[in-house]
Amino acid sequence: MTERTIHVDYIARVEGEGALKVRLRGDTVEDVQLKIWEPPRFFEAFLRGRSYLEAPDITARICGICPVAYQMSSCHAMEHALGMQVRGELRTLRRLLYCGEWIESHALHIYLLHAPDFLGYPDAVRLAKDHPDAVKKGLALKKAGNNLMTVLGGREIHPINVRIGGFYRVPTVHELTALRPELESALELGEATVRFAAGLKFPDIEEDYEFVALRHEHEYAMNEGEVVSNRGVKIPMSQFEDVFEEVQVPYSHALQSRHKGEGSYLVGPLARYALNHDKLLPRARSIAREAGLDDVVRNPYKSIVVRGVEIVQAAEESLRIIDAYRPPDEPFVEPPASFHATTGAAISEAPRGMLYHRYRINQEGLIEEAKIVAPTSQNQKRIEDDLRHLVERSLSLDDTSLTDACERAIRNHDPCISCATHFLKLDLVRT
Amino acid sequence: MATARKPRLAVWKFASCDGCQLTMLDCEDELLAIANKVEIANFREASSAVLDGPYELSLVEGSVTTPEDLRRVKEVRAQSRFLVTIGACATAGGIQALRNFADVDEFRRVVYARPEYIETLSTSTAISDHVPVDFELRGCPISKAQLIEVISAFLTNRAPNVANESVCIECKRRGNVCVLVARGTPCLGPVTQAGCGAICPAFQRGCYGCFGPQGSPNIPSMMKNLADLGMAPLPMHRVFRTYNAMAPAFRAAADAAAAEGAPR
Repeated sequence: MTERTIHVDYIARVEGEGALKVRLRGDTVEDVQLKIWEPPRFFEAFLRGRSYLEAPDITARICGICPVAYQMSSCHAMEHALGMQVRGELRTLRRLLYCGEWIESHALHIYLLHAPDFLGYPDAVRLAKDHPDAVKKGLALKKAGNNLMTVLGGREIHPINVRIGGFYRVPTVHELTALRPELESALELGEATVRFAAGLKFPDIEEDYEFVALRHEHEYAMNEGEVVSNRGVKIPMSQFEDVFEEVQVPYSHALQSRHKGEGSYLVGPLARYALNHDKLLPRARSIAREAGLDDVVRNPYKSIVVRGVEIVQAAEESLRIIDAYRPPDEPFVEPPASFHATTGAAISEAPRGMLYHRYRINQEGLIEEAKIVAPTSQNQKRIEDDLRHLVERSLSLDDTSLTDACERAIRNHDPCISCATHFLKLDLVRT
Repeated sequence: MATARKPRLAVWKFASCDGCQLTMLDCEDELLAIANKVEIANFREASSAVLDGPYELSLVEGSVTTPEDLRRVKEVRAQSRFLVTIGACATAGGIQALRNFADVDEFRRVVYARPEYIETLSTSTAISDHVPVDFELRGCPISKAQLIEVISAFLTNRAPNVANESVCIECKRRGNVCVLVARGTPCLGPVTQAGCGAICPAFQRGCYGCFGPQGSPNIPSMMKNLADLGMAPLPMHRVFRTYNAMAPAFRAAADAAAAEGAPR
């Protein structure tokens, strides 16, 4: 038997540092390891002893690509712990801020990280030499998302305007309506993005995913809802740890999540779309139909189209929110002046999927325990499964082509390694 | 006609959140123009094409936290004509430098069930603790405008025009009403370096020091001011010991506040 190994030391066009090792004996894939070697930063440890009010700004520093997700999950977890209700315009403004992050993060992934794979370029700058319009559209979309975050959050990376209970300052009607032209343009660019993405060439494969996402009665879920799956999970977010667990593997700095008793599962755009497509706004639903998307998309390469649909959704929703906006009387709901030791958990939908936070705080408001489960750690095991299937059907490829194919399969899921350690080298061993 | 080789730019990552290198991709209006002036030769987050060094300019994000980093940072320096560190992690160890004041074995046990799998140093340190650095660009995250200024300056062989004045100066220029004086909101603006655009005060929030200490901070006066506004020693200790905990002026302030709050 000949042994063959594929080894990628540093996976490009993903956020953070990861590697991949695949070991083959003859035609049998013996082992696939997605290695996250991003150095650990120990957030859950140094959050201990910090004030509950500091969690949104501190946890934002886990990820420069999706800081709003960390701010939203931490705020909601603390508010659940303290029995605080954040409703009305404040709730809606949080959704608007999250729309900005979805637009920015999805545009970054589609045009700067993922599209070069389909069109045969190493990066967007070189892609721009032959397809300048596509890259310029992507940058314009990204800018629209970033501008929304800047107006509402003060800046696009690590926004400064989010606090437990709401915001430090709420925008004026004029500040939001000034964003309208750019968001109208983003809505059209989003539709153009879906058409562009749907025209790419996709490998004809489907994976049998367990999709897991939040689902809300009235809207495409972002900050609220139940945790649901296409295999019958339906639980409140507070019961997440009863059904899902994290396991440490020796080769990775990121903990891997599993559905207890079941195995790997997938969070992110494919999961959200499969479980919530009926909640899309009219233009998002219409462009998904025009692009020929089924109600459930199991081809991971087509995630690029689904991200486009979610950009349309986020732009459409932003415009609705802005048109209906009336500034609230107070920028935030005051937290209780004194409280008992308590625990709270929350999940929000980061661009890459569900982000779970749980905190235990003492009667002085200091954090005693923090648990954070990032989307990429949840997807890690499922990405390994995708890779195993890819390698099994691609044994005839030479090592270079197989390595490229593996890297592409990983980028389908927009992994954020910085988040997961709180990711990749390919190491392919053939025997 | 032969064209001159474009200068090679590399972007390196150590322990970080990726936000400072993302700042470069966030220069939506300038990115393609920058790419016309330089060869983006090594930027793994953005490209799978890697060109060999030496590099005219290396931008380094993140702090040194693993034994491998200790080796790699010297390798980056050796390949770079100019090395510029970007962001609080690279210039002061970042928020992960909070481990420097704690027991890292304990930290490993808190986060990981099998701590023996995790290879890490007991400290998170700035790049300049290990190799000579040509310029340090502050911020958590850095500012886009300052990043473009620094890239332009190094490519044209001039000093970057980045002031080390306080956030107060920037706040006045922006026309903000002082949150500290007018509203009694604790604000680190007087001791923090400008560059963010004084955004926190503009959003009616006190500055929380994410750009680190300004050139000549009056820390005792700042501490007295915070105390007069009712801030107890331990919260004051935490305020200084967060995103730039290892920057000397903030480190000393945090130590002084802790001593003040210690049980006697």
